[in-house]
Amino acid sequence: MSTPNTLRLIKYVDALREGAEQAMDADKSVFMMGLDIDDHKGIQGSTTGLVEKFGPERVFTTPLSEDAMTGVAIGAAMAGQRPIHVHIRMDFLMLCMNQLVNIAAKSHYMYGGTVQVPLVVRTMIGKSWGQGAQHSQGLHSMFAHVPGMKVVAPSNAYDAKGLTIQAVRDNNPVLIMEHRLLYGTEAYVPETPYTVEFGMARTLRSGDAITIVGVSNMVMESMRAAELLAEQGIECEVIDPVTISPLDFDAIEASVNRTGRLLVVDNGWLNCGFSAEVLARVAESDHIKQKIVMKRIGFAATTCPTTPSLEDAFYPNPKTIAMLAYQMVTGKQDWEPNSESCQLAYQSQFKGPF
Amino acid sequence: MSSSIIERLYASIALTRRVEEWIADIYKSDSIKSPVHLAIGQEYIAAAVIDHLKQSDYVCGTYRGHGVYLSKGGDLNSMMAELYGKETGCAKGRAGSMHLVEASKGVIGMSAVVGTGIPVAVGHALAIKQQRRNDVVVVFMGDGATEEGCFSESINFAALHKLPILFVVENNRLAIHEPLHKRWAADTLTERMATYGIPSKRFLEPDVLAIHQHSGTLIEAIRNGSGPAFIECNTHRWYEHVGPHEDYDQGYRSLEEGDSWRAQDVYLTLGEQLDSDVKARIDENIELRIQAAVEFAEQSPFPAPEELFNYVYA
Repeated sequence: MSTPNTLRLIKYVDALREGAEQAMDADKSVFMMGLDIDDHKGIQGSTTGLVEKFGPERVFTTPLSEDAMTGVAIGAAMAGQRPIHVHIRMDFLMLCMNQLVNIAAKSHYMYGGTVQVPLVVRTMIGKSWGQGAQHSQGLHSMFAHVPGMKVVAPSNAYDAKGLTIQAVRDNNPVLIMEHRLLYGTEAYVPETPYTVEFGMARTLRSGDAITIVGVSNMVMESMRAAELLAEQGIECEVIDPVTISPLDFDAIEASVNRTGRLLVVDNGWLNCGFSAEVLARVAESDHIKQKIVMKRIGFAATTCPTTPSLEDAFYPNPKTIAMLAYQMVTGKQDWEPNSESCQLAYQSQFKGPF
Repeated sequence: MSSSIIERLYASIALTRRVEEWIADIYKSDSIKSPVHLAIGQEYIAAAVIDHLKQSDYVCGTYRGHGVYLSKGGDLNSMMAELYGKETGCAKGRAGSMHLVEASKGVIGMSAVVGTGIPVAVGHALAIKQQRRNDVVVVFMGDGATEEGCFSESINFAALHKLPILFVVENNRLAIHEPLHKRWAADTLTERMATYGIPSKRFLEPDVLAIHQHSGTLIEAIRNGSGPAFIECNTHRWYEHVGPHEDYDQGYRSLEEGDSWRAQDVYLTLGEQLDSDVKARIDENIELRIQAAVEFAEQSPFPAPEELFNYVYA
């Protein structure tokens, strides 16, 4: 990791772009492809200016052929290039599953270590303003299930840049799961290139009452919930795993050993998902001697609806997270934070359409 | 036609033919720990096209890929060891017959999911273009693979970007056991490919020298920047989809059809054009190589169980 020099407060979207730009500056085998990355909107600004700087051979759009284009990116990676394949929504990765699961994840193993696939797949979860059933899914657990894949989930601008650069340098297929609602959030980000190591969780807030593990933008929601709980005298430890696979379970285990309680707040469904994985590992752990109170919260077990009245009930939010944690800590259900204090500024800024 | 071309093609075809006949024999002993999809009867297509390639060019085959691997110069010993599941195999025993690979010879790893290798091959062609190399890619596939969406997607992208790749369809008119007429609305694949604006030609007969000549012309043009091209070769799979036996008794295709193709067996017709001394020397050399490869495979160790977790991540 290089020494951070000038820190600037920049947006997540600009950090993503800067990470890719610096990775492309550093290595001419890096190129970027994906539908609409070179148009006037530039994937909500995250690819803006790259085609002007690097030219159409290194930054180009693709036909609407997600399956084949994933294979093309994989083939180019096998032949010594370092592609970044961009998808504006994670839902579209269902069209890439065969190539990602059967080729990208398996090639190094299946070909006896003689082949590498240094592929980066950038993709984004949508939320609110009617994103609905097919623009909202957090499918990280499906990909993390497969040996050979790495899955990372930046929750802030600093990680967005550092994980992008690390993903490009990694010799394995890496899926970067971004979140649309985080694009406008700001953090202090060094100007120079730096990496965020995979498999290193970040403890964002220390506390002794309960461990809350949040994924992607659920880190933000969990942090707000922790603030509300602090007002009630309950100190939460909030952990951002940063990378889903590899997972820094040691950090979670150590925290749970201190707090005795674990709440996983996932940005996806619960069934067979990341939250189930974390709870299972805690249950299996030989290093946790005490009985741990465990709960998880995530997407409702439905398809994501568009209408706000239903959509609000579909997602966890600071209020539902805080109330669940409160109950876990106190055993009581006699507190409800007022709705206004649960609002998150970054969410109310987003007005769509995409 | 120069005798050296016939000699080269015969040697390449005979190597695959005899290796696969050995494999069929050995298979019955259960020494080979991998499903085998034999290309017997179809070997001439890979041999004819690959004869024009150099080591730094790429080929991409399928799970029926012994011929593609061997014709491109893949090492016979490590292929045989791979079939036996041995540590000395081309993929250290992790792949078996369906996933042959030899990066140093330009053999792209093969896939058991039909059609999956096509875009991966196109990606190699994209890399060649980006790296300003003078190399080409040849991707082989069956008729079934052309039904996959990624086939059309790949042709379109390769044509759009004028990538250095030749698409070769080995049309044996079978997808596992399903005949073409149950799968295709119209037997006009080559005509459809021409609408992408790429040179497209079909060979109805096993005319190995015509395929050799035409693919040579195409590959030279591709190397000079003409963009992709397409050929379709009608052919016949002599053996069952997977395994070491013929299966005409299963009723999904006729023995008469098979007999008509066997009457045009390129392995025999080319062999007959060679001086008997030359042919005998090639044949003997092949037998010795195969014998050595089988011994090598049999004597090589299996990977140790504690190596299970090697190569999950690079």
